[in-house]
Amino acid sequence: MTDTVLSIRNLTLALPKGADRSYAAESVTYDVAKGEIMCVVGESGSGKSMAANAVMGLLPKGVRPTDGEILFHGEDLLKLDEKRHRELRGLRIGMIFQEPMTALNPLMRAGDQIAEVFEAHGLYNAKERQQRALALLEEVGIPQPEKAIRAYPFELSGGQRQRVMIAMALALEPELLIADEPTTALDVTTQAQILELIRDLQKRRNMAVMFITHDFGVVAEIATRVCVMRLGKVVELGLAHNVLDNPQHEYTRSLINAIPSNAVPPTRDAREPAPLLEVRQLNKVFRSRGGLFKPSREVVALNDVSFTLDRGETVGIVGESGSGKSTLGRCVVRLERPDDGELLLDGVNLGALKGDALRRERKRVQMVFQDPYASLNPRTRVGLAIAQGPIANGVPRKEALQQAGDLLDLVGLGAASAERFPHEFSGGQRQRIGIARALALKPELIVADEAVSALDVSIQAQILELLEDLKQKLSLSLLFITHDLRVAAQVCDRIIVMQHGRIVEQGTAQEVFLSPQEAYTRELLDAIPGRAHVAAAV
Amino acid sequence: MVYARLIAMRLFKAVIVLFMIIVFNFFLIQMAPGDPAAILAGEAGATDQEFLRQLREQFGLDQPLYVQLWRYVSGIATLDFGYSYRQQMPVLDLILARLPATLLLTGTAFVLSLALGIFAGSMAAARVKKVSGSLIMALALVFYATPLFWVALMAVLLFSVYLDWLPAYGMFTVGAHYTGWAHVLDVLNHLILPASTLALFFMAIYTRMTRASMLEASQQDYVKTARAKGLKDRVIQRRHILRNALLPIITLAGLQAGQMVGGAILTETVFAWPGIGRLMYEALMQRDYNLLLGIFFFSAALVIVFNIFTDLVYRLADPRIKGAS
Repeated sequence: MTDTVLSIRNLTLALPKGADRSYAAESVTYDVAKGEIMCVVGESGSGKSMAANAVMGLLPKGVRPTDGEILFHGEDLLKLDEKRHRELRGLRIGMIFQEPMTALNPLMRAGDQIAEVFEAHGLYNAKERQQRALALLEEVGIPQPEKAIRAYPFELSGGQRQRVMIAMALALEPELLIADEPTTALDVTTQAQILELIRDLQKRRNMAVMFITHDFGVVAEIATRVCVMRLGKVVELGLAHNVLDNPQHEYTRSLINAIPSNAVPPTRDAREPAPLLEVRQLNKVFRSRGGLFKPSREVVALNDVSFTLDRGETVGIVGESGSGKSTLGRCVVRLERPDDGELLLDGVNLGALKGDALRRERKRVQMVFQDPYASLNPRTRVGLAIAQGPIANGVPRKEALQQAGDLLDLVGLGAASAERFPHEFSGGQRQRIGIARALALKPELIVADEAVSALDVSIQAQILELLEDLKQKLSLSLLFITHDLRVAAQVCDRIIVMQHGRIVEQGTAQEVFLSPQEAYTRELLDAIPGRAHVAAAV
Repeated sequence: MVYARLIAMRLFKAVIVLFMIIVFNFFLIQMAPGDPAAILAGEAGATDQEFLRQLREQFGLDQPLYVQLWRYVSGIATLDFGYSYRQQMPVLDLILARLPATLLLTGTAFVLSLALGIFAGSMAAARVKKVSGSLIMALALVFYATPLFWVALMAVLLFSVYLDWLPAYGMFTVGAHYTGWAHVLDVLNHLILPASTLALFFMAIYTRMTRASMLEASQQDYVKTARAKGLKDRVIQRRHILRNALLPIITLAGLQAGQMVGGAILTETVFAWPGIGRLMYEALMQRDYNLLLGIFFFSAALVIVFNIFTDLVYRLADPRIKGAS
């Protein structure tokens, strides 16, 4: 290609000794040309970000290039000294990171952080820098830019922060923009906006963009070309529509197939309507404690929420961050006490129980948490972690440990793993442990709060399958909380859409997905990346 | 505006806390065996019951406890801290006479330890896997682990006795009657040894804390962002890493600052520095209860003042802190 901006040739990056493989990247070769968006796709650990880090000269400690070259306009970046490399960063190569929450300095105003880019390269005076920062904020479409420029990161939303990041990366009109999972941490509607912004800016400035993602939906939205990576190697490289419609490599196919599709499973046979959980007019308001001289602040997390969940049914609660969906889940397992309203489990009002009565009843509802890393005590062997619930409920220790082994068998890990510690397991395996722990108390209802959100798509599919399987085997009911409509459509019988603490719409998965009644639901559905593509393919 | 309201609220709380401290200290002293009258009489060699009774009546010790407490508290409200019968002077005068010397010593030590500690800590953080970095940390560990009085004695031995560079004790040269700049220089000369002795321990703590805190901050995503902008390492260290690492140091500095009145007893004793610490020690030995209570009050008040001050500094350092607590 004539306009090649970046050309990675045979790049091999060695990992430090003792890592689970010897190379982070092996003979990686691809180009990024002017005016195109090159999507580098892979699951976690595929080494998809490593080449980008090498381009920036920001490789993690211990990772070093052993072979190959990275040609930027014909100049090998691997041979640059730190000073020359630093001069390129920000000026000719810009980068956006994944976590808008942590990628900005919390103690500096947004405008100052943008102005720093000019300062780093010795351009303009202080006043001009601020003016240009303001212009950039306008360009990336931040509401009230003259206010945002004075704002600290904590005063901005996730999407706004990501816009500040983009403004920063684009400040000096770099020829190459590297975007490392820039929308992964965002809500689906925000994600759609940010993707559009990146696409828009890329066209306007005719930049080369290297876009790293794990999400084939995102790929379908913006990619010109795709590079699929697995375990440090490029497995497939080609034009976006070729790769998406006609994947050559088996791994690419499995990744594309693992994406929850738009095909909604048909509504299952009507069961006898036997409500297990009845939620009536639930309200929850969080108040920050006011002081002597300080007014209290109120956040309405749940506003008049009512729904029922029948025995053996899976109900999905879908919403963006701040919609109150997690608070609802926490109220159902009574980690949170609702202000008023009723939570009837088989006719027993869980919402009103206290003390011992609550302790006796609460084992009937158990929870699977989002973060498989943070939700297991690192110092407790997993067998004991699972057995702790039953032991607390009076099951003899030996028997409880025995059962824990059986449960580990059930979730596909094998009883022998009971003696191991959480850090010895992968994310997907830990989530299986989390499920085993929830099952240990033989609950009737399981609340899964974003239980698959932190997992790679292929693992996600496995865990969903496991949940479905267990549900059948143990005749469980499931309250499935997620931000991901695609996942909800796949596993849920009925879906409840929440926004700002209210239920916006509820109905069968078919109804909600295929003929949404409310504007907000339609907005959510339209924002799903790759929807157009998948819909066309079906 | 926000600050004014905040300060008003904190001061209001502070008054309540101070009151509780006064009452608590009062009863604490009451529980100590023997009253000042018995000791005064004992030292005077008088065992006469009538003399004791007169003394008690004179001091108000014959009154019921609640009357004594009321007198004491209402006295403090009008800045009357009572009378030291040992020193034959009002307590307030005694304390105010000694306060400047102590504040000079502890204040100097505070600034010295904070400045040098943060400086050494950031040097060590920037040179994390180099010999120079390890050397700084080894030194900090030595200062951290060595007892203060030993350092003080060794400093006197080395700098005063062997090298004869610095005076070994006191706040100024006795009998020299310097005035003007000569006096200032004389005091500074006397200040060097006790102030650096006192500073060493906290300096070691600040060094270790700054380094650990900076290393943690340097792992954060925003540091990577800063590097992606093409900023120089020096700027990143100062503006992004150090700035974010300062918060725990402010907490500690607030604690140290609170000890400025009562925290230098050892140093003041070794170096014969005429400050509050020695006054407190003497008062304790002589059961000069009024004086002791007065010093307690000032120490407590200073801790509270610096707590409020620390909270304000926190707000300046971190815009995220908005709430009142």
